[in-house]
Amino acid sequence: MFNKAINIKDKYIRQEMWPSIFCTGCGIGNVLNYTLRAIDSLQIDIDRTVFCSGIGCSSRLPGYVDADGLHTTHGRAIAFATGVKMSDPELTVIVFTGDGDMAGIGGNHFIHAARRNLDLTVICINNFNYGMTGGQVSPTTPPEAMSATTPYGNLEEPFDLSRLAIGAGAPYVARWTMGFPYETITAIEGALRTEGFGFVEILAPCPTGFGKGNEQRDAVTSWEWYKDNTITRAELAELSPEERKANTKTVIGTLWQTDKPEYGKRWRELVQRLQSEPDLSG
Amino acid sequence: MPVEFDPHRVVQVLGQTETFAQGDVACAYGALLGGCDFFAGYPITPATEVAEAMARLLPRIGGAVLQMEDEIASLSAVIGAAWAGSRAMTATSGPGFSLMQENIGYACMTETPCVIVNVQRSGPSTGQPTEPSQGDMLQARWGTHGDHEIIALAPASVQECVDLTRDAFDLAEKYRNPVLVMTDGEVGHMRERVRLPAADELEIRPRGEPTTSPEEYVPFLAVKGGQIPEMANFGTGYHTYVTGLTHDERGLPATDDATTHSRLVRRLCQKISSDVDTLTRVERDDEDGATVGIVSYGISARSAAGAIRILRGEGERLNHLRLIGVFPFPEKAVQDFAEGLDRIVVPELNLGQICHLVREAVNGTAKIELVPKIGGEILTPDEIIQAVKHGGESV
Amino acid sequence: MKKEIRIVGFGGQGIILAGVILGEAATRAGHWAVQTQSYGPESRGGGARSEVVISSDPIDYPRVRRADVVVALSQEGYEKYGREPGIPTVVVDSDLVEAETVQSLPFTKTAEEVGHKIVSNIVMVGYLGALLDVVPHELLEETVLANIPEGTEELNARALAAGRVLYENHAG
Repeated sequence: MFNKAINIKDKYIRQEMWPSIFCTGCGIGNVLNYTLRAIDSLQIDIDRTVFCSGIGCSSRLPGYVDADGLHTTHGRAIAFATGVKMSDPELTVIVFTGDGDMAGIGGNHFIHAARRNLDLTVICINNFNYGMTGGQVSPTTPPEAMSATTPYGNLEEPFDLSRLAIGAGAPYVARWTMGFPYETITAIEGALRTEGFGFVEILAPCPTGFGKGNEQRDAVTSWEWYKDNTITRAELAELSPEERKANTKTVIGTLWQTDKPEYGKRWRELVQRLQSEPDLSG
Repeated sequence: MPVEFDPHRVVQVLGQTETFAQGDVACAYGALLGGCDFFAGYPITPATEVAEAMARLLPRIGGAVLQMEDEIASLSAVIGAAWAGSRAMTATSGPGFSLMQENIGYACMTETPCVIVNVQRSGPSTGQPTEPSQGDMLQARWGTHGDHEIIALAPASVQECVDLTRDAFDLAEKYRNPVLVMTDGEVGHMRERVRLPAADELEIRPRGEPTTSPEEYVPFLAVKGGQIPEMANFGTGYHTYVTGLTHDERGLPATDDATTHSRLVRRLCQKISSDVDTLTRVERDDEDGATVGIVSYGISARSAAGAIRILRGEGERLNHLRLIGVFPFPEKAVQDFAEGLDRIVVPELNLGQICHLVREAVNGTAKIELVPKIGGEILTPDEIIQAVKHGGESV
Repeated sequence: MKKEIRIVGFGGQGIILAGVILGEAATRAGHWAVQTQSYGPESRGGGARSEVVISSDPIDYPRVRRADVVVALSQEGYEKYGREPGIPTVVVDSDLVEAETVQSLPFTKTAEEVGHKIVSNIVMVGYLGALLDVVPHELLEETVLANIPEGTEELNARALAAGRVLYENHAG
């Protein structure tokens, strides 16, 4: 279990970048906290850890960590991270991304990385909108929700990011909300420990962007919404088959965990094999 | 850790030192000779052969090759790998090059060394996939948004595909900038004799660690009064924050500060533009008393050389300036070349791109005439001869 | 010495390989050589053109300016490239092209006799090698063998030799 006594801010935060840009009630700072605690608990060497991100509020996280950080172009963090990891496989590579960054513009890179199963940890903070640019609709905005670009209500259906990750081949997928800090930390530890594409989706409030137009004006109302609209796997298991079938709440918990060959390892095995071939010339 | 450069292994993997090879494959040879240990790419005619050659060769020296899901991801992975310590490259053609523009700007802004091969094909858009052109030259300079500089080399032979791709890596490391190798479908697919160096002719200056300790290191502050900061690989304890946002010397975002932005962007540009003399790479072939000259680059230089040989055989006097480095544009070399000339003919496989830069540099001292050609066939010597004798298109 | 050779036909006839072999063999013989090609993106069936320039000196313009030899393996190719006035030598495959006043040679038929019509391009290379006379036959054979799939060496060597014989029987 993680060390509660440790002062995360002193140990891991890039002091010159503090305080953060996050709004009151935002959940992104919490995610940073959980991630750093998970890293600390697993005693991962921060000198050998690289944080990658795209563009958006969630993507600002690497800037707050006193570690190597790669704040890239919108949607592309996972592709950049792929290069980092393939070049130096011994680095721990963590991606911070958001629903818009990862599943909008970044969708293609997300599904291919899950399929490829390179050892990356992707933490996607899902606040149901493009927050940094003022609260536009995103690929996870609930149906009929208000947003800056759906002022009459969202007519589209959202992605279930975790299901997408599972469908794309990720061997470890977990989803939690702000209401479950310890579980979230454990989930991130699980993803970090996974030798492969570890994916953690965290539903987080965005009172300024999403919340304002959708009656979730502060963290409290967001957390209540999560309570009413999500259900843990354990709770789901306690329902009757009919109730389970009729469930429309978002399922949270460790949603998928399996073993499959990790890409980087397979690549290195190939390289090894080629070195022992008598005729290298090509 | 990224692969350490082993010249003996590279030479062993490349095989024969004298071979008959295609330009695209020659770029791959050049990459290995230049210390490349990471390649990410996406299939596109007529550059696919570069990726295929890299896929065969790179794992044999212990490097990594990825076919990514698109060109954007390819250059993204290249930049990521560069920060982890690799000498990294991608290869593409027009449509893919267009997709890569955002990340090219990112590499400029973050001072990431990387090499991009563009085997130019006939455009715009899907165009003629199997036909060559020189239609991306100005895009090479200005394809990405904002003020920036680019280093671009133009091979005119299969041997130059080897040599210039190899040089591109050292240039990328030195200037901490993307370096473009602008070939074309003709050079890329033609086969010629190439000579590859022996192991004892190969040397790479490894990136190494910064000369300052992590505590003292300021990531984007040039050391010793120069313009180019030392680069600290990820994972070596330097905790560098790399962002495409305007940043100060510490690498931290400073988007509200006009002075910081100006200082940063000017330095990014000046580190290359102020070194234009060192970066100038041209080949000049003069004849006493000539009043007409040809300024050429890339595959068109081959056509021009043929025209000049034939014209000189007929007793005509002509000077020839071949641009090997096209960007930063060698203004002084072109101005110098124009002295004493009445006319300068510029053959290009496009509707006029570099000719405008020639005209700007020459600034009225000679008349600039374009010999444009599009549609896929390279310029014939006769087409250039025609222009020399009867005038090309006014620029 | 400078020889400009143009081979035209369809994609899938191996004419590009033929050009590559000629160019590579010339390089092995110590000459300068450039091999180029033009074709559509389709793998089979589109028009294809392969050119080789062989020279004692470095080659500037890499394509054929004034062909010394044009070999046409398709009617379309012949119509397009074989009928320009002033080409010293024009050769067509007698099974594939109808043409007058040019050398008409049974590359395809000879290939079938040797074992498989797929090596008709190698028969043609053997013929051209003898015609051009800038590369010793052994070097040409070495180059052919370095460029064909494992297991087909004997067939290709026979095709090459048969091509040379074609030249010897039709020379003049």
